[in-house]
Amino acid sequence: MNQDSAPAPTEIPIVDYLVLGDDPHLVANQCTNCGARFFNRRNACAHCGGTNFEKATVANQGVLEAFSIVYRAAPTIPVPYVSAIVKTQDGTSVRSNVVNTPADPEHVKLGMQVSLTTYEVGQDDRGTRCIAFGYEPVDQ
Amino acid sequence: MSESVWILGTHMTKFTRYADKDALDLASEAALGALADGGVTIHDMDILASGTLFQANAGMGQQLQHQIGQTGIPVYNVSNACATGATALRTVIMSIKAGEAEMGLAVGVEQMGKMGLLAGGSRKAEENVYQPSGRYGSVMSVDGILGTETMPGVFAQAGMKYAYENDGVGFEQFAKVAQKNHAHSTLNPLAQYQKEFSLEEVMASPMTSYPNTLLMCCPTGDGAAAAVVIGEEMLRSLSKEQQQRAVKISASVLTSDPYVESGQIQSDVNTLTRNAVDAAYEEAGVAPDDLDLVELHDCFATAELIHYDNLRLCEPGGAGDFIDSGVPFRDGSTPVNVSGGLISKGHPIGATGIANVYEVSTHLRGEAGDRQIEDAKVGLTHVIGLGSSCGVHILEAAAN
Repeated sequence: MNQDSAPAPTEIPIVDYLVLGDDPHLVANQCTNCGARFFNRRNACAHCGGTNFEKATVANQGVLEAFSIVYRAAPTIPVPYVSAIVKTQDGTSVRSNVVNTPADPEHVKLGMQVSLTTYEVGQDDRGTRCIAFGYEPVDQ
Repeated sequence: MSESVWILGTHMTKFTRYADKDALDLASEAALGALADGGVTIHDMDILASGTLFQANAGMGQQLQHQIGQTGIPVYNVSNACATGATALRTVIMSIKAGEAEMGLAVGVEQMGKMGLLAGGSRKAEENVYQPSGRYGSVMSVDGILGTETMPGVFAQAGMKYAYENDGVGFEQFAKVAQKNHAHSTLNPLAQYQKEFSLEEVMASPMTSYPNTLLMCCPTGDGAAAAVVIGEEMLRSLSKEQQQRAVKISASVLTSDPYVESGQIQSDVNTLTRNAVDAAYEEAGVAPDDLDLVELHDCFATAELIHYDNLRLCEPGGAGDFIDSGVPFRDGSTPVNVSGGLISKGHPIGATGIANVYEVSTHLRGEAGDRQIEDAKVGLTHVIGLGSSCGVHILEAAAN
């Protein structure tokens, strides 16, 4: 055992805009000038050109605005899966999978209410669990 | 006001998968064909623009010169996603309008073979130790976990968003687009596929990305197309036959995607198409009702449907009714993709944005044979590349 190695965290988010913990949620880089939100590292704002950003919490609830049930994918990706575009309650568009429901048009409906959920998608050699997020239907 | 610009000659290779030809063979065939069609030679050209996406760093323009004529003219090698061909064409048009050239050659070529799904990267073997990297701080490929990056899926979502926002649009309407284009392709000997399918067969073919079945997706393939572009003054010095066969480029527009809120998670294909076509209609002084035929970017059936609306061919929100009522079929009032479209004709990416100009020009000249749209006088071409880039050209038959 390498004495210098720091203890690995037990969980790591699949992307840095997913915040884990008791209340998992997404966080965006929000332009302080125009309010445009971005999930990636920014040099400037694509909308207004501003260069100042602040962290903004993205709502976990949203509506399914578009989806595709994907049957053809890279060999390692289980199919079918449901890819979706969700518009959150605070007006932020998010792309992810719809999970915890059958992947068919009878169960996945345009306009349905969804909520963010997290789940494990892999482990590395130190036992760190990679956590992804998806959206699941909300019972109405 | 700069002088008007015309297509003097144009040619395309058959789109297919070539075992015995490379991209340079195809580019040469298209270029020499377009020059011969225009009654000119490479020695008459003042500029060459060459478009290819997957061989963007190969210096295809110079390679082409080394095959068909090294005359020392400036070469522009361009790459602009699925708008690559249109960008090459527009490069020549701009050069003539700027007064730097009187005549030029635009070539688009692609050799893809069986590439399968584009984008949607295969997931790398998982790292031994997760390490966030890149602009999203990701620890693994997110394709298939945080939604899809595959083209059939991305364009499926674009279509489904339209279905969410508008009534009368669903799986069947999308499928009808493919039924139409496959039927059209049977009249086009240059198409990669020339087979008709019933609506039921389209809907029952293997699902790629709902609602796009296999028969609703364009194939990958090989091909090239070329056009000789000429300024009005130079055209008037040529023969009467050359002048009569020339096709006027009434509008040439290229746009990229302006900021929209959702653009960061899926590239917008709508706003830039609307911006491009609105500018093109204004530049040409043409209205959607004036169009005798349209070749638009049906990379997937879902894409064609939303572009009916984006190109102002239907009432706002009315794309479902537009296809249901048969308007875009070749015997309808606004024939769309009578070539078979990308879905059947094929989509060798760099060639596509000139091949559609070849198609419309051939109809405007009255030389389209079995698939001729009678008395075609005005046509529109549209390509869009994800990322995004959009090219629109409006073409008009010579007045005589």
